[in-house]
Amino acid sequence: MSELSEQIKQIIETEPVSLFMKGTPQLVMCGNSDRALRALRAAGAPVTAVDVLPDPQIRQELSALSGWPTIPQVFIRGELVGGADIVEELHASGELQRKLDEALGAERETTERTAVLA
Amino acid sequence: MAETATLESLLRDSFPDASELAVEDRTGGGDHFQVTIASSRFDGLSLVEQHRLVYEALEAPLGNGSIHELRIKTRGMA
Repeated sequence: MSELSEQIKQIIETEPVSLFMKGTPQLVMCGNSDRALRALRAAGAPVTAVDVLPDPQIRQELSALSGWPTIPQVFIRGELVGGADIVEELHASGELQRKLDEALGAERETTERTAVLA
Repeated sequence: MAETATLESLLRDSFPDASELAVEDRTGGGDHFQVTIASSRFDGLSLVEQHRLVYEALEAPLGNGSIHELRIKTRGMA
């Protein structure tokens, strides 16, 4: 496994909620990444964002790990929750919040941060 | 570029029992699509598993870059 792949895996497995997106939460570069981010924020999720745009390799390695072909990708405690459509759908039904409560507790931090892959 | 009819036929092959199957070209440019499918193949599956089946059905056009964006709405029939 490449070093980059290890780094991605590490983020997926150790961060409470990771969002692999185009751009950053401060400067979102894609409508779908924006939809996923908004749903996560609305559900009160702590978000660790990773921008896939700086290096095409990030996206390749990520999709190889997750078996999911598109960006964004959202993981809660290591589990792939889905892309923008699923995260929006789960938020609309209240399921996203339930998942977050279950995985992270109802009294969770909701800080947002950006992880940069070296 | 992908044709709505091509995507529809790929999906029809994978979900022959679909009670609803629609492909919409969202921008008219042949690269942003919305697909909506109701099929018994989705019964009992998580949304991630359901969307994976759609990605599998459209592996060719997704793989050759002719689709830039794919929005997916799936439901089972149970």
